[in-house]
Amino acid sequence: MSYYVDEFDVAVVGAGHAGVEAALASARLGVRTALFTISLDSIANMPCNPSIGGTAKGHLVREIDALGGQMGKSADKCFIQSRMLNRGKGPAVHSLRVQADRVAYHNYMKKVCEEQENLFVKQAEVSGITVESGEIKGITTALGAYYNVKKVIIATGTYLGGVIHIGDVSYESGPDATLPAKHLTKSLEEAGLTIRRFKTGTPSRVHKRSIDFDRLERQDGDDDIQPFSFETDRYSMKNRVSCYIAYTNEETHKVIRDNIGRSPLYSGRIHAVGPRYCPSIEDKIMRFSERPRHQLFIEPMGLGTDEYYLQGMSSSLPEDVQIAFLHTIKGLEHVEIMRNAYAIEYDCCDPTEMYHTLEFKNVKGLYGAGQFNGTSGYEEAAAQGLIAGINAALSVLGREQITLSRSSSYIGTLIDDLVIKGVTDPYRMMTSRSEYRLILRQDNADERLTPIGYRVGLISEERYRAFLDKWECIRNEVTRLKKTSVKPTAELNEMLTRKGTTPIENSVRICELIKRPQLTYDDVIVFDETAPELCYEVKEQAALQIEYEGYIRRQLEDIEKLRKLEEKKLPPDTDYKALRGLSLEAAEKLNKIRPRNIGEASRISGVSPADVTVLVIWLASLKENGGEQ
Amino acid sequence: MGTIAAISTPRAQGGISVIRISGEGALAVADKIFTGRKPSAMDGYTCAYGYIAVDGDKIDDVILTVFRAPHSYTGEDVVEISCHGGIYVSERILSLVFSNGAVPARAGEFTERAFLNGKIGLTEAEAVMDVISAQGRAHLRRAGNVKNGSMHRLISGYSERLVKLLGNISAWIDYPEEDIEGLSDDEIRSELEDIRRGLKKLSDSYENSRIIKNGIDTVIAGKPNVGKSTLMNAMSGCERSIVTSQAGTTRDIIEESVRVGDIVLRLSDTAGIRSSEDIVEQAGIDRAVKKMGNADLIIAVFDNSSELDDEDRRIIELCADAQGKKIACVNKSDEENVLDTGQLTGFDGIVNISAANHDISSLESLLCDMFIGEDTADEVLVNERQKQCLDKALSLVGEAETAVGSVTLDAVNIVLDEALDALLELDGERVSDKVVSEVFSHFCVGK
Repeated sequence: MSYYVDEFDVAVVGAGHAGVEAALASARLGVRTALFTISLDSIANMPCNPSIGGTAKGHLVREIDALGGQMGKSADKCFIQSRMLNRGKGPAVHSLRVQADRVAYHNYMKKVCEEQENLFVKQAEVSGITVESGEIKGITTALGAYYNVKKVIIATGTYLGGVIHIGDVSYESGPDATLPAKHLTKSLEEAGLTIRRFKTGTPSRVHKRSIDFDRLERQDGDDDIQPFSFETDRYSMKNRVSCYIAYTNEETHKVIRDNIGRSPLYSGRIHAVGPRYCPSIEDKIMRFSERPRHQLFIEPMGLGTDEYYLQGMSSSLPEDVQIAFLHTIKGLEHVEIMRNAYAIEYDCCDPTEMYHTLEFKNVKGLYGAGQFNGTSGYEEAAAQGLIAGINAALSVLGREQITLSRSSSYIGTLIDDLVIKGVTDPYRMMTSRSEYRLILRQDNADERLTPIGYRVGLISEERYRAFLDKWECIRNEVTRLKKTSVKPTAELNEMLTRKGTTPIENSVRICELIKRPQLTYDDVIVFDETAPELCYEVKEQAALQIEYEGYIRRQLEDIEKLRKLEEKKLPPDTDYKALRGLSLEAAEKLNKIRPRNIGEASRISGVSPADVTVLVIWLASLKENGGEQ
Repeated sequence: MGTIAAISTPRAQGGISVIRISGEGALAVADKIFTGRKPSAMDGYTCAYGYIAVDGDKIDDVILTVFRAPHSYTGEDVVEISCHGGIYVSERILSLVFSNGAVPARAGEFTERAFLNGKIGLTEAEAVMDVISAQGRAHLRRAGNVKNGSMHRLISGYSERLVKLLGNISAWIDYPEEDIEGLSDDEIRSELEDIRRGLKKLSDSYENSRIIKNGIDTVIAGKPNVGKSTLMNAMSGCERSIVTSQAGTTRDIIEESVRVGDIVLRLSDTAGIRSSEDIVEQAGIDRAVKKMGNADLIIAVFDNSSELDDEDRRIIELCADAQGKKIACVNKSDEENVLDTGQLTGFDGIVNISAANHDISSLESLLCDMFIGEDTADEVLVNERQKQCLDKALSLVGEAETAVGSVTLDAVNIVLDEALDALLELDGERVSDKVVSEVFSHFCVGK
């Protein structure tokens, strides 16, 4: 028996990192939004690593914030240790990573959702969607409650069809001992979605008192903490905990090798595709048998608990084997396991069935985000949730939906990779996935995306003004550095010699000195009497723009090339099989993926340069045809 | 759109070949290589007689025709160079066009431009697409053949090394917390240097393979009556030069192609080098001297049965100044040895033959050793496009090598991406996909 309860503009299914971001964005844009979760106690839970950010993922969080999303602000509130990774490897790859207090983060996000106007948080398992004439009409819960809805965002994470494996034991479950979503898959398949099965895993959690910290390497946070959010005051932040590093050894590896037959991955009970980048410890040992040791990080789960997370030790081996191999590790000889490591299988979609807006091509009003789309990671999930939430709301409001290009952001790159190239295993963001990484830096995420966030309506007038002022300041300073010269004084030349670069004989423009590899902005600026008082962010940007000018120009030229290709729009309803001259493979792929423009078409595997030429000519002939009519 | 060029007549021996250049820079390219009227000063639909020269040496006399945009086949500025037929000459001219700013035209690209510029009507559009896709498929087949070729194997060797290097840097950047040892600037620089040298060698060997494909431009030189024509006849197996024992019989350059093992020699038997009162013969001698300077190979013939004289010494001097490879060929080995071979300096090899007895096997084996070394592509399907990609990669790797240490690695990385892009172009693979799989297959990273 089903019964009508209420109606919403947008219903978000799942309240993990994708779902929360989607629901908040939608509600903040002023549409009536419901957020459904199997358990209110799992909102924005981190069932795996209690950390946010990291390489490329840190970029994503900064971009989410620049667009007006929530993750960065919450992470700034709930972090317990913060580090900027890759300092010294270049500005493009600086990446912020924090340890977060898992429970505090959940509580904070739950409260943010509860306090959000237009947002209705509900505990229920969504068991089906109602589609009429290819368009979303409603959803039903497992109890039979029916809601009329205009848009649905699926953000089911590892809950959808979740099955946990530990050794030879398997059971239906969501992550962290939650209930799985057992019914929705069938309904999605009936709506025409292709459903696939992926797998991921998580390591065990251990008790603090059983760790011998004296035998481990300690790792502290940065003294000079940078926030994720462009709105957080950088001087208000403090580290509260340390993390520790340990190593596996030959003995550990022997225990694992001796018991490998008891792993469901190796005995063949798990058939789903696991992530290449995040192998379980047994995978690492079998695949990289020549490595004498593997590193693991021991990280606190929060301030209010004694649980520690063992990063690098995800496993699906039986509990007794887990205990045995952990006890071989120096510092963990007497470790007490509180939660076992496990592998989890779950249902996900084929993201090539979606547009860049994250709306499914075959079901109007149905969106997907996060692990359901074949990705992995809280940050990847949140980024998609934000875009899906924005677009569902814009669509309800009758406004044009947004898509981000590859050259605009890591978010744009992530989504483009998903919907154009597709995924064969859970997708993790990496800096090497972006061809424009010298432009897509974490420090200039606001320059790239805040104007978009403002137009959408997630960035306040006040924040936008401050943003405009900051970038005007930066432009002025760059111009000033290019015009202003310094004279060859004894002090200046002493500094130059000390830094290992040639002294100057005549006046030199400041920008020329900053470009010298041995010198930084701060080294030079003290010799400039006219230098204005500037904040850290402005100085940083001005220096970067001068030091990397040539390389930035190079990337801008590449971006321009891409833009020209993306300007050549392909009509959405083309039947490529009817188009003469295309190879069969290209026609099939084009019909399936339906690229919006020539640039996207050229990125599809199986579409050759000759096929692209055929498309270009065909497009031109269409235009000519249109002109004659 | 850039300036493109191709040989637009069939690639076969024929009376005339046409090299077509199209694009904004077509006239500028022509200005640089054509001696005669200045193409950029010519009106559309006019032509001029002149010659194409490289470093002052004439390649061929040509007729150059100028078409001005939009009144041309493609609708852009077009220059057509009609040269004397033959693959060798037309490819040399095309090479020169590329090194002066044009890029190789893709299959059907002239037609594509013609269409995009409105020179071909809508009704012809579909026919054009058929042609392009057919040519594209043919190109793929050719590329498939090239993929199995040794040149491609060698290039992939270097692209794999770049992938490895980039994978290493990426793993180190993307997984800073893992136990991955980063490469030092010196290690990166030395790997890049090594790759650059390798690519340079490949690029040079391409030149070699071009020579082999088109025939090695060979001059047989020597004082009059030392046995040059007899040698040429021994190699070609027919009496072509007029061979008499009277010095000064050969007055002009006589050409002949002969095959020695896998290589083709384009032989010129030149007039003997000596000062002559005879005006006609002197003109022949001047030509011979000039030809020696430019040849890919000089076979200098000396007489085993007499001492080195001034004329022989003049040949040795001329050889020393020449650019190509040089072989000293001591003829009449069946006669008593008088010649002091220790004085034959500056040669890449010395062999003894008896041309009159057709005993030239030592010369043949030396030629094979010399031109079919291990790094020389035995597949000669290598085309100009590959060479261009190779040269682009070469210069980018060089640029990255200099940048290491003076800018951060993230910036060096994007230059290397571009270099790898150039090398992968033939395979149609993408840098980011390659590097990401490299990271996952060779580094143990993750939670």
